[in-house]
Amino acid sequence: MLIETAGLRKTYRSRQKKEEVEAVRGVDLSVKEGEIFGFLGPNGAGKTTTLRMLSTLLEPTSGTARVGGFDLLRQPTQVRRTVGYVGQSGGTWGEVTAREELVMQGRLYEMPKAECRTRAEEVIKAFELDEFADRKIKGYSGGQRRRLDVALGTVHRPKLLFLDEPTTGLDPQSRAHMWDEVRQLRERGTSVFLTTHYLDEADALCDRLAIIDNGEIVVDGTPLELKRQIAGDIVEIGIGNSRDEAVRMLSDMSFVREVEPGDPDPAGVVILRLYVEDGSAAVPDILRTLDAADIKPLSIELHRPSLDDVFLKQTGRSLRESAA
Amino acid sequence: MKIVRDTWLVYSRQMGLVLRQPVWVFVMLIQPLYYLVLFGPLLQNMPTKQMGFEYGAMETFVPGLVIMMAMFGTLFAGFGLIAEIREGVIERMRVTPVSRLALLLGRSLRDVSTLVFQAVVLVLLSGVIAGLTINWTGLGLMLLIVLAIGLGMSAASYGLAMMLKSEDAMAPLLNTITQPVLLLSGIMLPLTVAPDWLRTLALFNPFAYAVNAARALFNGDLSNPVIWQAGALLAALAALLVFWSGRKFARSAS
Repeated sequence: MLIETAGLRKTYRSRQKKEEVEAVRGVDLSVKEGEIFGFLGPNGAGKTTTLRMLSTLLEPTSGTARVGGFDLLRQPTQVRRTVGYVGQSGGTWGEVTAREELVMQGRLYEMPKAECRTRAEEVIKAFELDEFADRKIKGYSGGQRRRLDVALGTVHRPKLLFLDEPTTGLDPQSRAHMWDEVRQLRERGTSVFLTTHYLDEADALCDRLAIIDNGEIVVDGTPLELKRQIAGDIVEIGIGNSRDEAVRMLSDMSFVREVEPGDPDPAGVVILRLYVEDGSAAVPDILRTLDAADIKPLSIELHRPSLDDVFLKQTGRSLRESAA
Repeated sequence: MKIVRDTWLVYSRQMGLVLRQPVWVFVMLIQPLYYLVLFGPLLQNMPTKQMGFEYGAMETFVPGLVIMMAMFGTLFAGFGLIAEIREGVIERMRVTPVSRLALLLGRSLRDVSTLVFQAVVLVLLSGVIAGLTINWTGLGLMLLIVLAIGLGMSAASYGLAMMLKSEDAMAPLLNTITQPVLLLSGIMLPLTVAPDWLRTLALFNPFAYAVNAARALFNGDLSNPVIWQAGALLAALAALLVFWSGRKFARSAS
């Protein structure tokens, strides 16, 4: 096990309001070697706080953890030697070049001078920074800077790399690049623990993930396992009037497992979420049933379960809306 | 030892950055030069012996200026750190196994290095402008005092920066504290002509001792007891501030 935590907790006491904010409430998780592990959740869920605790930047209020084989609280220096951390906003100084930062990073990790230079060259090639490695960082684009941030995290060949929201703010092309680089890190023997609020990212990249909301882990497993928890398809119908009647009628239908009405939007339209076994077969029957009762649906949507549906089922909220 | 190696690492990087843009080193030097050139001449025509300038007008004024430069030269170093915190550089370094104390000491020693350089230049220029003879032993010891002050002020500034993390919070705080301390140090005019209550207040100001010690050293009065008093006070103050500030780098509550 690369990471094992028990009851990790972080409580902030706000100076002005004199109240406590529980950012992380007792997180138990484990991360294996050779996997990409993800934390999926809305902003403010406690993802970054957990990551910062595990990388020794922040002291936990209580709880224990072993990271890279070392006790997080008692052996922080050894933990630092084993892990790398790439924060959301990176940490580079505009007035120096990428190469200089990479060499400095090696020195900070106690690598001998000569090795730092060769390693910097290796990393420059691996992350395709060659073109601008010797120009000042203040001239880099957002995507280039982010690549450098991740590159800096790998200089000392850590067993585990923490990536906090690696693709937030990147254009689609840089995003795709970053995904490739994260996969390559795993190929080269570095495990990755990333946080994200993007469903597609969690789905595409993570071998295992944990959904976190309000400082607690709601559910964890592989993306496939999580989506299978919602067996079947999801049909979403927009209804304007005769809401209760529609709900009653649809719940009575045999292949509809569950009907969840949402909250009305400003125009008074309610989205009914139906969990059905076979969506494509269900839709014509549903429409026929509603039509017979003279209820006209305003919209209809059919899809296979996504991680957003998993999130919605567990927490009652949509991740997409929370991220807005 | 790791702390020594790490401090040297941080120090050489910071010095490298300074040498890339040395213009700031000279800009900070101009401040005391203004006082020297635009205020100094006023003292030449005043009855300075009655006003408590025991060693003569410029001979008493210049060492005071050097101490003033030492006090303020490094006090604002924290603003640079706030910029580094904002860029995420400090966070990135705190994830590495580098010694926390080295992150502070490397920077403070860089500040002290430029400060000592500025002090030497100021003294040499004053010597030329005001036609003073320089007591080299005294100067050397005075630089030690400058070093102690610079180290303490720089550490304090970084500690505050780590705590406040905002220029808007730090600027007013620094300005409120420095004005009275400056006035109670006897830099512009010696406190010998001050009323008793003012002089009593100054007894609690370590920088007043520093100014008197600097004056004694600059003028070759090497056996004056105020010299070792100032040295002890400032060394203790510097050690305290470095210890306090170092803890800010070690633990971060957020």
